[in-house]
Amino acid sequence: MNQFTISGSPHIHGEESVSKIMYTVVLALLPAVLVSAYFFGLDAIRVLFIAVISCMFFEWVIQKYIIKGPITITDGSAVVAGMLLAFNVPSNLPWWILVIGALATIGIAKMSFGGLGRNPFNPALVGRVFMLISFPVQMTSWPIAKPVFAEGLTDAITGPTALGLLKEGVDAGKTIDQILADPAMPDYIDRITGNMSGSLGEMSAIALIIGGLFMIWRKVINWQVPFSIIFTVFVFAGIFHLIDPTMYIEPTFHLFAGGLMLGAIFMATDMVTSPMTISGKLVFGVGIGLITIIIRFWGAYPEGISFAILIMNAFVPLINNSFKPKRFGVKAVSK
Amino acid sequence: MKSLKTFKIGGVHPEENKRSANAPIQILPFPKQAIIPLGQNLGAPSKPLVKRGDEVKTGQLIAGGESFIAANLHSPFTGKVSKIDNFLDSSGYRRPAIVIDVQEEDIWEDGIDTSGTIKREITADRKTIIDTIKSCGIVGLGGATFPTHVKMMVPDGKKAEYLIINGVECEPYLTSDHRLMLEKGQELLIGIQILMKALDVEKAIVGIENNKRDAINHLTELAAGFERIQIQPLKVKYPQGGEKQLIKATVNREVPSGKLPIEVGCVVSNVGTAFAVYEAVQKNKPLIERIVTVTGKAVKKPSNFKVRVGTPVQQLIDAAEGLPENTGKIINGGPMMGKAIMSTEVPVVKGTSGILLMKQEESRRKTALNCIRCSKCTSVCPMGLEPYLLLKLVKLERYEDGMKERIMDCIECGSCQFTCPSNLPLLDYLKLGKQRAGQIIRSRK
Amino acid sequence: MNEVILYTLLTLGLLGTVAAVILYFVAQKFKVIENPMIDLVDDVLPKANCGGCGFPGCRAFAEALVKSANENHSLDGLNCPVGGNDVMKSAAAILGLEVEEQEPLIAVIRCNGSKANSPAKINYDGPSTCAFAHNLYAGEGGCPHGCLGLGDCEVSCDFDAIHISSETGLPEVNEKCVACGACVKACPRGIIELRPKGKKDRRIFVSCINQEKGGVAKKNCEVACIGCSKCFKVCPFDAITMSNNLAYIDPVKCKLCRKCVEVCPTNSIHEINFPPRKIKPEATEETTKTMAVSHQEPNENKA
Repeated sequence: MNQFTISGSPHIHGEESVSKIMYTVVLALLPAVLVSAYFFGLDAIRVLFIAVISCMFFEWVIQKYIIKGPITITDGSAVVAGMLLAFNVPSNLPWWILVIGALATIGIAKMSFGGLGRNPFNPALVGRVFMLISFPVQMTSWPIAKPVFAEGLTDAITGPTALGLLKEGVDAGKTIDQILADPAMPDYIDRITGNMSGSLGEMSAIALIIGGLFMIWRKVINWQVPFSIIFTVFVFAGIFHLIDPTMYIEPTFHLFAGGLMLGAIFMATDMVTSPMTISGKLVFGVGIGLITIIIRFWGAYPEGISFAILIMNAFVPLINNSFKPKRFGVKAVSK
Repeated sequence: MKSLKTFKIGGVHPEENKRSANAPIQILPFPKQAIIPLGQNLGAPSKPLVKRGDEVKTGQLIAGGESFIAANLHSPFTGKVSKIDNFLDSSGYRRPAIVIDVQEEDIWEDGIDTSGTIKREITADRKTIIDTIKSCGIVGLGGATFPTHVKMMVPDGKKAEYLIINGVECEPYLTSDHRLMLEKGQELLIGIQILMKALDVEKAIVGIENNKRDAINHLTELAAGFERIQIQPLKVKYPQGGEKQLIKATVNREVPSGKLPIEVGCVVSNVGTAFAVYEAVQKNKPLIERIVTVTGKAVKKPSNFKVRVGTPVQQLIDAAEGLPENTGKIINGGPMMGKAIMSTEVPVVKGTSGILLMKQEESRRKTALNCIRCSKCTSVCPMGLEPYLLLKLVKLERYEDGMKERIMDCIECGSCQFTCPSNLPLLDYLKLGKQRAGQIIRSRK
Repeated sequence: MNEVILYTLLTLGLLGTVAAVILYFVAQKFKVIENPMIDLVDDVLPKANCGGCGFPGCRAFAEALVKSANENHSLDGLNCPVGGNDVMKSAAAILGLEVEEQEPLIAVIRCNGSKANSPAKINYDGPSTCAFAHNLYAGEGGCPHGCLGLGDCEVSCDFDAIHISSETGLPEVNEKCVACGACVKACPRGIIELRPKGKKDRRIFVSCINQEKGGVAKKNCEVACIGCSKCFKVCPFDAITMSNNLAYIDPVKCKLCRKCVEVCPTNSIHEINFPPRKIKPEATEETTKTMAVSHQEPNENKA
């Protein structure tokens, strides 16, 4: 006679699984990968490859020899962390810096808290900020985008990002019109399609938005976080632009320049480090948007989204405590 | 097409797998021996009124309920009481039961109308109806087995406005209510009218999920001949059969936390219960049989049976052409809220809505991983709770905090565990937490 | 340069002085006057904070001891199971009182439904907690009273004294047990009992708590107590009582004669730390004593 199983209800399980979610994110990242490969050629693929492989390697080493627990590198979370890390760096970054960044990503930000699901901060961003602070020169020399099919293969030239130009210009006391007149400044079409200098992943807003829509459709992320970030940035930057158009650039510039789209769609929406409720997610997004603009306007760095996300990550437990879902049948009890 | 009504917060949509939807209700032959557990309803178990060696007729009262929430038990068979002793229940514990050696000839107790004629006219007055429901041992047949007469007694100061009839059958696989609506529509509607009279309500709404188009059409046609009964198609979404969710879906009212449906002027009853009420009031027939679905992916002949209470589950499985080779789990009820049972020797009780045989490969749970804080459990919870947080609080034995997070509101629908990508046993811990929190609440009183 | 250093020192020094003065007055204002005896008693307590005494932590117990000494001039009813007689004596000495010797207790597992004795009839698939499994079903072996083997006792133990054996699937108590009673509370089936350690760590107890009729119990488990009353009849000291098809040995009345162990048809009565039996079955108390001298066994408990 075969032995039956006894267990609590429910006895069926849905289709969802952790690795399915993670590989959906990988799929959603693919358009952006293609765009960066188009602009940076083999360099982009090299950086991606090193980041993913070293993230998976460190996760394996730590799980096998330090934690001595089950090995879960195939669940896709290390792949996602590696890809996002690569998206945050310039394509000409030396391989050893990338490996150190991967160690910070997996070792410090993820495994030291107990692995997937327990990290309070977004691992890829911790890795990025770690590298940015430790190797500021290498991390901010951005190669100029050069479509692979373009004529002539000259050595990679580095140049400042659109946000870098803006920051330098404002600090030097130029007006916005003067800054925009700079020939190094990419025009609108370039900013949306990604034909400008910058890190791997922040190139093409369109590719990132396609990935984001795909994830929303597959219910991997909610629309609330990216929407509230983008909306806040737009409104906040818009207000300042209206106050003083010579000092503050018009708000759409901020939406498509730098890592805002990447951060809003792929970084801030990271399940582990974002709030659990819809209202909490909105608050979280608004906070990120505000801090981003504050750093971009008045901070020392030209780009602020990674710091903004990390700062708001720290507030997530507080947000979870204060913003509860709408309970069924509770409003009616109010006295 | 305008979108169908449903409840607002949360919900999931498991694969329906209604394999037995087109199998007409069959009558099952009698077993040799029947075991009738004394604790079949929610609340206090009944006290036996017969003793060993007594001859009993079908429909004879054999055990009575004394306390407020209790129900009468009637003999489902004609035969002799062979013993009154402890017997295995579905979870392997031993509970008191009456065992009857069944004789083949079925002799009914006097005064029970066993003819198939439909008696439409309701002659009984309100009090008689409630008394008959009580004496015939009618309990909620949706699964919770709450004694129906208790539900019918509307407390002072409250007024029932709607009678909501649950024909949702949102559990996957199960089709017993579906078949009942198709085959006993007329009787069902009369039963609803009886309940309406007992409750003195203006309107009854029958909520049926849209995956049962044939039942909706059939009942809508019949309901034209009845006053004040509305058939309401609903969007397919689990757990719509939950009392609170059904009220929200049909009349858009929210039962306050910790309160009963009567608080918002609603009384909810299952279609099976309404049919049993018809038989009790119009035919004086006590609740001794019910419709049970036997189904599963590997079952050769998924069927719906009309079964007398006390029939061993094994006999139902045999009638559905046997236990499949690779059966790994037997479930009493549906796959979302049903209970896995220890052996096939246990009898069908008033609350058995289906027997589901799961294949070996479906029976084991997947390995649980870390919570990745995806918040899917929070978004599917129909009560707006945060199962991930409650799981953590129960593991840390912080039951007081769990109560603040409204753990007692959990309706145990299992949507959270169904959807969890990390395969966490969320509901298992929530149930444990509810039990512990309940103990704390009781100890305060 | 010197000026900078001077100002720094002055500022910091001044700040420190002001803070110290404020702190002093605040400390005076909010001073808690506590019986100094509490500190003294607290010092001798084991600081396990296990709650075995019935108080939340050692400090609370120290307070209770001092209070009891002041009000009743005795320490009756108060006992630290972890520290045992030594700790209680020194605590009493501080308070100028004397305490009676308490017999040390140990947890015993009153179930022997191991994987071999009560083979699994069904697979459990769910969280590893006895509390949930107890609500769900009777147990893999089918006995509704027996050990579920999921280790709630192991989790509850602060002293690393109880572990589920992978071989039998039952908990085993080791000599680290201090009888704090945490596992007794944690077990939803109530199979763990605190019993006196006994002379030379020897104990006899019925390792079963099922109350089913004999046949039913035996069907679920080879070594179940079937309520046959043989031990009850053979016991010369009236130490065994029968109720609900179950025998219970009163540890106070039991003189460890082991007659019951011999007559038990299902081997559900366990003897622990006794020397191996001689061929003569009628071992009296006298002979056990002499045997014990010749067989000094290491202190090991096979519960």
